[in-house]
Amino acid sequence: MRILVCISNVPDTTTKVKFSTDHATFDDSGVQWIINPWDELALTRAMELKEDASNPLSNVTVVTVGPATVEPTLRKALAIGADDAIRVDAVSADAHYVAAQLAAVAGSGDFGMILCGIESSDYNGSAVGGMISEIMGIPSVSAVSGLKFEGEEVLLTRDIDGGKEEVSVPAPFVGVVQKGIAKEPRIAAMRGIMMARKKPLQVVPAVDAESFTGYQAFAMPEPKAPCKMVDADNVKELVNLLQNEAKVL
Amino acid sequence: MSVLVYTENWDGKFKKLSYELVSYAKSVAGMAGGDVTALSIGTVDQDELSTLGTYGASLVLSADGTPSGLDNQVYTGIIAAAMEKCGAKVLVMAHNNTGKALAPRLSVRLKAGLAAGVTAVPESSGPLVVSKKVFSGKAFGKVEILTEKAILTLSQNSFEINETGGSVTVESFDSGVDVVAAGTTIKDVQKQEGKLLLTDADVVISGGRGMKSGDNWAPIEELATVLKGATACSRPVSDEGWRPHEEHTGQTGKIIAPNLYMAFGISGAIQHLAGVSSSKCIVAVNTDKDAPIFESADYGIVGDALKVLPELISEIKAAKAQ
Ligand SMILES: Cc1cc2nc3c(=O)[nH]c(=O)nc-3n(C[C@H](O)[C@H](O)[C@H](O)COP(=O)(O)OP(=O)(O)OC[C@H]3O[C@@H](n4cnc5c(N)ncnc54)[C@H](O)[C@@H]3O)c2cc1C
Ligand SMILES: Nc1ncnc2c1ncn2[C@@H]1O[C@H](COP(=O)(O)O)[C@@H](O)[C@H]1O
Repeated sequence: MRILVCISNVPDTTTKVKFSTDHATFDDSGVQWIINPWDELALTRAMELKEDASNPLSNVTVVTVGPATVEPTLRKALAIGADDAIRVDAVSADAHYVAAQLAAVAGSGDFGMILCGIESSDYNGSAVGGMISEIMGIPSVSAVSGLKFEGEEVLLTRDIDGGKEEVSVPAPFVGVVQKGIAKEPRIAAMRGIMMARKKPLQVVPAVDAESFTGYQAFAMPEPKAPCKMVDADNVKELVNLLQNEAKVL
Repeated sequence: MSVLVYTENWDGKFKKLSYELVSYAKSVAGMAGGDVTALSIGTVDQDELSTLGTYGASLVLSADGTPSGLDNQVYTGIIAAAMEKCGAKVLVMAHNNTGKALAPRLSVRLKAGLAAGVTAVPESSGPLVVSKKVFSGKAFGKVEILTEKAILTLSQNSFEINETGGSVTVESFDSGVDVVAAGTTIKDVQKQEGKLLLTDADVVISGGRGMKSGDNWAPIEELATVLKGATACSRPVSDEGWRPHEEHTGQTGKIIAPNLYMAFGISGAIQHLAGVSSSKCIVAVNTDKDAPIFESADYGIVGDALKVLPELISEIKAAKAQ
């Protein structure tokens, strides 16, 4: 089986968020770009599965939709261990547009498993994975926190509100993963970085697709009132404030 | 604007979440004088279904006889059929595991733009423009829906429950979806019995690395019990195995919005705050007066959490006893 891991290129999670002066777009000057944390975990799990020779896995491909400037992030994924990479040459317009691109890539290869993250840490869309599955008409399992093979069968653990379920799913399918899928994201070693330069990175043109949504403007949250400090010897005062001022007790 | 709201039940009972969703749907429908239809999947008795009327549903479609195990394709089919039946333009769901699994599929199926994780009613209905959190709560973005239909998933604990009252009709709903054709098979279910779910809790007591060891958690648990709340932790705490993974809040963990969040020995890293910054009131106890958590907190104590906790427990008990 071949695995396709969808990689979203996002600002480092410690980035101070700024917008253009008209508030219409994100100001990405000085931003460090990283692999979206959940996608990094999905890729890590894909590598772990591939390294265990008893699993029926042959190949891990990473794909991203974005302009040439996102290629360093794809190279990072290759350095972590992916076998090859695909970049769909387009500016990601909205979740549906991106999902249509990824579904086209997934459909053109012989992928049994398509992995996405639960959300991109920038626009928090929580949409692309599920959309790919619906466009392709294949099963999807979301909130996946565990992934393994039992012979040829794929078994997923998913979080439900108030518990966990073990789910079996026929290939091809889309797995939308969250924390727990791998313990720690894998970091590229020097050897991996050297090898990544020689691995294939294919650029494909975008297919026609519609956008369902657009951003009109962005805003920063209202600045909050400064924290009221209470003396450590006066815990009673804190209780009083919580009870009578904040009214939360 | 007529609205369909997908309600979730647990073993036949609705939780606060579903009432929050119906209240929200009622406000959305009210923007252009429309009705709210609520859809319930699974076995729920008549009285329980009628409670949805209290929050503004005028019609409840009950797709009973449907297996309660979630298969995304089957559920997408049922909800899409309900949309067609009631002619709704807007679909409202929760921004939880179920909503995140189904809303994107429905967006494609219904050709309806999706705004995920909204916290307020739309600013306008034609075109539909709604605000949502972006950059893990660091900013807001105004989403414009470009399609005729829209799907809004509501962040939990972000909308007041309103008892608007009104009469309600409950109808049994046969979607015609072939439930046997499910792609996925559920092999095992492990339910977390009896425990208050972190995402449902009004009060959350949380500990970080400053608690020093997993053996020091008794006062955190006791305070949570006294305040009828749930316990949480920072990521390093669950990575260390001091606490279970389900408790970790933050960007890569659970996102919560309780009325009261108390952070003991948590530095307030931006990734942690992403999961808790929507709490109505944040209290921080930290030995470091410059810890970033104090920038996001409403009340703070500079001090040793292990000393403050027992005092706080006894003071709260004393205050409650009055
Ligand atoms: C991609 C990414 C995603 C992440 N996601 C998350 C996430 O979802 N959730 C999360 O929590 N973290 C997340 N992190 C980790 C995050 O950056 C921080 O490392 C983490 O939140 C710190 O946890 P902490 O506050 O418990 O520990 P520390 O940062 O070590 O802070 C401990 C605090 O305790 C105080 N302290 C020490 N002793 C005492 C005492 N006796 N009494 C009171 N205070 C005391 C210290 O002054 C300090 O402020 C993520 C990181 C990355 C890179
Ligand atoms: N531009 C993109 N290229 C490749 N994959 C993406 C892209 N955007 C989103 N994804 C995938 O979809 C997941 C959810 O993203 P989103 O719906 O944007 O929150 C991410 O974790 C990625 O796996």
